[in-house]
Amino acid sequence: MRGVKLQKNTYLALYSVLEFAADPERHVSAAEIADKYGVSSHHLAKVLSELARAGIVESVRGAGGGYRFAGNVRRLTLMDVIQTFEELGLPDGGRREAGELTPVGLALGVVLSEIDEIAKATFSSITLATMLRLIERQQRVVARRSPARAKSAAARERPNSR
Amino acid sequence: MAALRAPSRPSRRGDARRTAVRQEAASPVVIRRVRREDLPQIVAIDATVTGLEKRDYWRSLFSRYGGNGRAERQFLVAEAGRRVAGMVIGEVRDWEFGSPPCGWVFAIDVDPDFRQAGIGARLLEAICASFRRAGVSKVRTLLARDNTLILSFFRSQGMMAGPFIPLEMDLDG
Repeated sequence: MRGVKLQKNTYLALYSVLEFAADPERHVSAAEIADKYGVSSHHLAKVLSELARAGIVESVRGAGGGYRFAGNVRRLTLMDVIQTFEELGLPDGGRREAGELTPVGLALGVVLSEIDEIAKATFSSITLATMLRLIERQQRVVARRSPARAKSAAARERPNSR
Repeated sequence: MAALRAPSRPSRRGDARRTAVRQEAASPVVIRRVRREDLPQIVAIDATVTGLEKRDYWRSLFSRYGGNGRAERQFLVAEAGRRVAGMVIGEVRDWEFGSPPCGWVFAIDVDPDFRQAGIGARLLEAICASFRRAGVSKVRTLLARDNTLILSFFRSQGMMAGPFIPLEMDLDG
């Protein structure tokens, strides 16, 4: 994965929210998403319950239960999801790096802050609706490059078809 | 870049106006070239959005971009009923910053009363069509990175970060 390094839980949250947002009426189980992205259901359950606490998804009880999307795809941005799990630009645990307060460390800090500001602006300007369109575009690119692979991917996706 | 901002707070005085606006908003929207008589409404929309009334600025833009038939320079308005609901301005620039000719959108505004109706998208679509007619295949814009509302709008229309990075420095000190 290229670009800004996000924490594992943040990635899981983004994957999950985009799955839910693609079909807001459908109830999706944690196991289904865990299976699709190759992660542990137990770990994902913690992420989903955090998303539910934030009001981004809601849990549905009973047969066919799971989670479903509870936000507005045209309003909710990637930054809204990311901020539920981490604060961009802060090192893990908020600890300072050695040398951070030296002139060299401070100068590096200026450059890193510039990168962080651009990353924040980017995440804040991309709504889930825009992401869903980007995903569709990527699916078309894959289909053009390798029709056979796209067909088998579509077959794998069929249980989740919308 | 003129900004799309949240509508101003409702007031009792505005009730009659809002009723009139609702009727206008229900009218079909037509995208057309700007006319001199549109300027007062354009100045008013911009003043509502930015909080600054800039008559001379808009007159100057009209004299440079309005009223000619060249596809390279575009000043378009969206008209709903008899009201100007929004406008877009842009032009094709050749070889600036080492870039092959491309279209630049440098102002887009939609009256807050007409938001959420796809007018911004139609204005952008129309100016992009003009740029295509002018023979370019790329459109760019530049805006403040904290202007998330309009950044989101352009991204929702398919725009992504381009290959340029804007730089600046303070000249005093």
